[in-house]
Amino acid sequence: MIGRFGTMLWAVFRRDLSLLLRGSVGRGGAVLPLLFFMAVAMLYPFAVGPDARLLARTGAGVIWVAALLAAILPLDRLIEPDLEAGFFDQWALRGLAEEALVLVRIVAHWLSFGVPLMLAAPISAGLLSLDAAQLRTIEIGLAVGTPGLAAIGVTIAALTAGLRAGSALGGLLAIPLTVPLLIFGAGSLQPGGEGGLILLAASSVAALAIAPFAAGGAIRAGRE
Amino acid sequence: MQPARPAGPRLAAYDIACLRGDRILFRGLSFELAPGEALHLAGPNGIGKSSLIRILCGLLRPYHGHVEADGGFALSDERPALDMHLPLADALAFWQRIDQAGEARADFGLEDLLDVPVRYLSTGQRKRAGLARMAATGARIWLLDEPLNGLDTHWGAAAQAAIEAHRAMGGIAVIASHQPLGLSNLRTISLLEHLP
Repeated sequence: MIGRFGTMLWAVFRRDLSLLLRGSVGRGGAVLPLLFFMAVAMLYPFAVGPDARLLARTGAGVIWVAALLAAILPLDRLIEPDLEAGFFDQWALRGLAEEALVLVRIVAHWLSFGVPLMLAAPISAGLLSLDAAQLRTIEIGLAVGTPGLAAIGVTIAALTAGLRAGSALGGLLAIPLTVPLLIFGAGSLQPGGEGGLILLAASSVAALAIAPFAAGGAIRAGRE
Repeated sequence: MQPARPAGPRLAAYDIACLRGDRILFRGLSFELAPGEALHLAGPNGIGKSSLIRILCGLLRPYHGHVEADGGFALSDERPALDMHLPLADALAFWQRIDQAGEARADFGLEDLLDVPVRYLSTGQRKRAGLARMAATGARIWLLDEPLNGLDTHWGAAAQAAIEAHRAMGGIAVIASHQPLGLSNLRTISLLEHLP
């Protein structure tokens, strides 16, 4: 039985990943959050001026704000379209637990937005005059923080799926829930702030631990 | 004598009542279906046919009563659960990978549509695609919510023939429809008789 569920979840994962990476009709896929993330790094020097010291001091925080907002962009297509089209009901009939489906989707979501952000971070760091040590801390921070962002994103997408104006509400809900990740992520870049990475990892793990149950419960409750 | 087939499917409902919002839709509904039997749930729109279908397969909790089932469920409702942007062949292939049940036995005339993206299919073509997806699951209990909606006479008859073929193999079918059905030995429950 485990093998059979494994086969099914693998097929679901491949579909999730291809949908989230490539997007479907009228949806941006992985490119949109990436472009958004890059655009913020590009626009910020224009807004505050080309003072390299100021950019280096504030740029890392801007990268974290951009990463957080980029994570909110795809919220409305994480759960809602599949709920609407009946996919979750069909999976439930085949005995697939919502918790497992959500976990699979968190991984796919992370691969489609967290990893591209990490790949784009060196370019953003260059635009913001960050040095190699700062970039290294940002990359480590994104590596441990973006899984948490993905988990929170999928949870909120599940909670707001089917609501009118769900995507607007989702964005508003995501901000307070992701603030701890932002504080620890950006805080780790302050001098002597390396301990922030540990707290960032802890927040991320907590979000990952809660998300499958919260989001799975939300999907089930939505059927009533 | 050993039976030729594995133990057949069974579906039984006992004293089901359904609550939606603060309103009881129906109550006191019971039936038992043996292999090869089909049940027609009749009644006007909004009487709870779709809710009963969802109660039978466990997607909704009954307000009262319980359901017993042996054998997997296949559900076909108004949502085909196919990826709109993919060609029909790829959208169906996803469910074949999930179900691992081989090729569909029933013919819904989809051969010429396999490379057409699902979003370009007409209502009736989508319905046929949804029925083909259901027929390919290999599940023994079919739950069909308004299977004839959007189908013309020819494909309506083909859908009913597929249900008959499924029953002939020992399968069970529950069909919610406000239209008359031309199936043999069909049991009918009118939800109007179970109003609170």
